[in-house]
Amino acid sequence: MKKCGAVVIGGSAGSLDVLLKVLPEINPKIDFPIIIVIHRKQGADSLLTDLISHRTNLKVKEADEKESILNGCIYIAPSDYHLLIERDFTFSLDYSEKINYSRPSIDVTFQTAADAYGDKLVCLLLSGSNADGVNGLISAKKNGGITLAQDPDTAQVTYMPEQAILKANVSLVLKIDQMADYINSLSETH
Amino acid sequence: MSVTGSITDEQVELLINDVLEQHGYDFTGYSRASLKRRVSRLYSLDKHLSFAEFRYKTLNDNVYFKHFVEGVTVNVTEMFRDPVFYKLLRTKILPSLNTYPFIRIWLAGCSTGEEAYSIAIILKELNLLQKSLIYATDINPTVLEKAANGMFPLSQMKSYSENYIASGGTKDFSSYYSANYNLAKFDAELKHKMIFSTHNLVSDGSFNEFQLILCRNVLIYFDRPLQFSVLRLFDQSLESLGYLALGTKETIDFSPISNTYKRIGTDKIWRKVSA
Repeated sequence: MKKCGAVVIGGSAGSLDVLLKVLPEINPKIDFPIIIVIHRKQGADSLLTDLISHRTNLKVKEADEKESILNGCIYIAPSDYHLLIERDFTFSLDYSEKINYSRPSIDVTFQTAADAYGDKLVCLLLSGSNADGVNGLISAKKNGGITLAQDPDTAQVTYMPEQAILKANVSLVLKIDQMADYINSLSETH
Repeated sequence: MSVTGSITDEQVELLINDVLEQHGYDFTGYSRASLKRRVSRLYSLDKHLSFAEFRYKTLNDNVYFKHFVEGVTVNVTEMFRDPVFYKLLRTKILPSLNTYPFIRIWLAGCSTGEEAYSIAIILKELNLLQKSLIYATDINPTVLEKAANGMFPLSQMKSYSENYIASGGTKDFSSYYSANYNLAKFDAELKHKMIFSTHNLVSDGSFNEFQLILCRNVLIYFDRPLQFSVLRLFDQSLESLGYLALGTKETIDFSPISNTYKRIGTDKIWRKVSA
């Protein structure tokens, strides 16, 4: 495959536990960014960033608008804004209508990432109770990207990864304990 | 190649050029990923048969073009959004304007007016409304008509009331409107102190001097050069010691005006400290 440009991870109910298991195992030397979009209540922004940054040696920060996306960094979508990726690999924020009852919407980030990264994109959809992200996976695959879903057998809430498998013809289904190895293997620096 | 809807990057650029040349609206400084989503959304919502038809209507049909502007700009807003922000307005910013004989406030990008009514309610509770004037402007004439009507969906009132209380409001929120079918019509007294006008932040200049300018969640749609030019416009329109309020994720840091402004605490409000 082409060198990985970015790994974008989306999830809803039951996905935080997965992230807290997977992210500590990610090699701090990875040569691409990890961008995370998690549905959650408004407010409590820094909480999620703090929670994750305590579990990894990678730099973790909430994505700022117009910020350049750097390799080896974990970016978290702020609550109550859609997170978009521009062609010049910077972030944009958008306060438009909710998509799939969600803002941030995983579809929005996956789809704009598909435009920006094309066949260098890897998208992973985790546990969750609605189908946000599925259309984004379809876009990512159409543009040549790799699409992944959490194995529903390992998901606290199975609907989201099931829909991904059913409708988006994902490239690969991963159990939780396979995710970090897979993501690390995408890096050319170890 | 592109997959966000059925509109390509090239088609977005064609429309931007058309709209600038034919209608004088300049979207060249808008962030592309968001603009492209808006254009794609409009294209599929309006069920155009082809891009050519979409382009033709946008170019030649003035009624449709109004609808185009409304569709590609984001008009999502709510009353007392970010209650912490409104609490700061209520407890600190607006009371400090009491020393002025006359208070002028510019709400740039007011959309359908929910913020204007929120500010008017606070001004009224602080007994400042009578000597205040809120200039509420937007690029988009259609949303200004809605703003001037002062009617919002009744279904939103529960959450607006919660926001209002969280922002430090102590009155019965429902005393500010009367229910009319599924709409809440806000008191004419609030509207009395608002002036609604179209204003394009990209191309229109300064039109007055203000003690407070609010522009929340508008700059996020602009690229850096346009953000800077709008911030300069605000600077030209703000009195010395006046306040500039931006959205939760927006900042004047690293901009040409940042040196003459001092941030108020950790919130997105800055005070102009020297001219």
